Amino acid sequence: MTQGDETPVEPDEVELIAAAKAGDRSAFDELVRRTYMDTYSMALRLTANEEDARDVVQEVYLRAWKGMGTFRGDARFSTWLYRITANTASTHIQKRRKHRTEPYAEHHDVVDLRTDLHPEGAAESASTLNRVEAALSSLSPKLRAIAVMKDVYGLSHEEVAAELGISVAATKVRLHRARRKLRAELDAEFGERGRRAKGA
Amino acid sequence: MRRGPEAEVCIEFRAALPEILDDDQPADLVLVRHVDSCLKCQAEVAKYRRLLRAMRALRTRYLDPTPDLLAQTLAGLGEASERKVVRHLLTGKRIAYAGAIGGAAAVAGGAAAVAIVARGRRRHVAS
Repeated sequence: MTQGDETPVEPDEVELIAAAKAGDRSAFDELVRRTYMDTYSMALRLTANEEDARDVVQEVYLRAWKGMGTFRGDARFSTWLYRITANTASTHIQKRRKHRTEPYAEHHDVVDLRTDLHPEGAAESASTLNRVEAALSSLSPKLRAIAVMKDVYGLSHEEVAAELGISVAATKVRLHRARRKLRAELDAEFGERGRRAKGA
Repeated sequence: MRRGPEAEVCIEFRAALPEILDDDQPADLVLVRHVDSCLKCQAEVAKYRRLLRAMRALRTRYLDPTPDLLAQTLAGLGEASERKVVRHLLTGKRIAYAGAIGGAAAVAGGAAAVAIVARGRRRHVAS
């Protein structure tokens, strides 16, 4: 898998992108195979609804295929897909008036690549990450969108603002509000009680 | 509980912390000096940093979709590609049809003009 800024680019990803830009569907299909779990995870975190997340994933790749010619390669392919996913999910949520959210993390098997790609992240236990995931899903869609895009997927304030159609100042205000809520929600996890529980 | 001036700085610092961490810039000097000497605020910084580290770790933690998602996505792409090809062909055919109709109309117009001119000449000769 080739997700994340810290991940070295696999040699043939560049070739696959070049071929897909030239209209090679099989090359694009291979890019889909490599990235769809990452895209689905982001879509699910943004929509908090499995059905919506599936719809978003399918639309993301249709948009990406149509827009391959516009991918210039000055950003990573994964970052480009994150931006399309963010935009598509935002549009999808706006379209659906009755948006149902569900505690998605409890119903999903997790494929954890931290030990391979992010050794520093492996310091957190699976239960801690489950609680963070649950806390994220409890945020309002607006706050969750910013926290997921910025703090989980590392998009810049400018990128988040562009995909959500809001100002950079508004993204900052919402992000800080989201962080405060998460911090309060996870007080026990990251506070004294959490440490004692882990030590016990 | 009595709140001295230091407690007020603590409150100010904690309120500003999400922003300070976001911009990754040195905060107000007063706040920085305060944190250097305040264990409670140092603990708060540590908690926020841990929260952000945990958030970043989620990025490589994939939530497993149902197995048919990949197949459906690829099938959707296949259909879209086919539609594109069909549209392309239809656009090409439309141009060919339009050309043929235009050509036929031009030929018919020319023939009609020739017939009118010939009829005019015949009348002219007869008179």
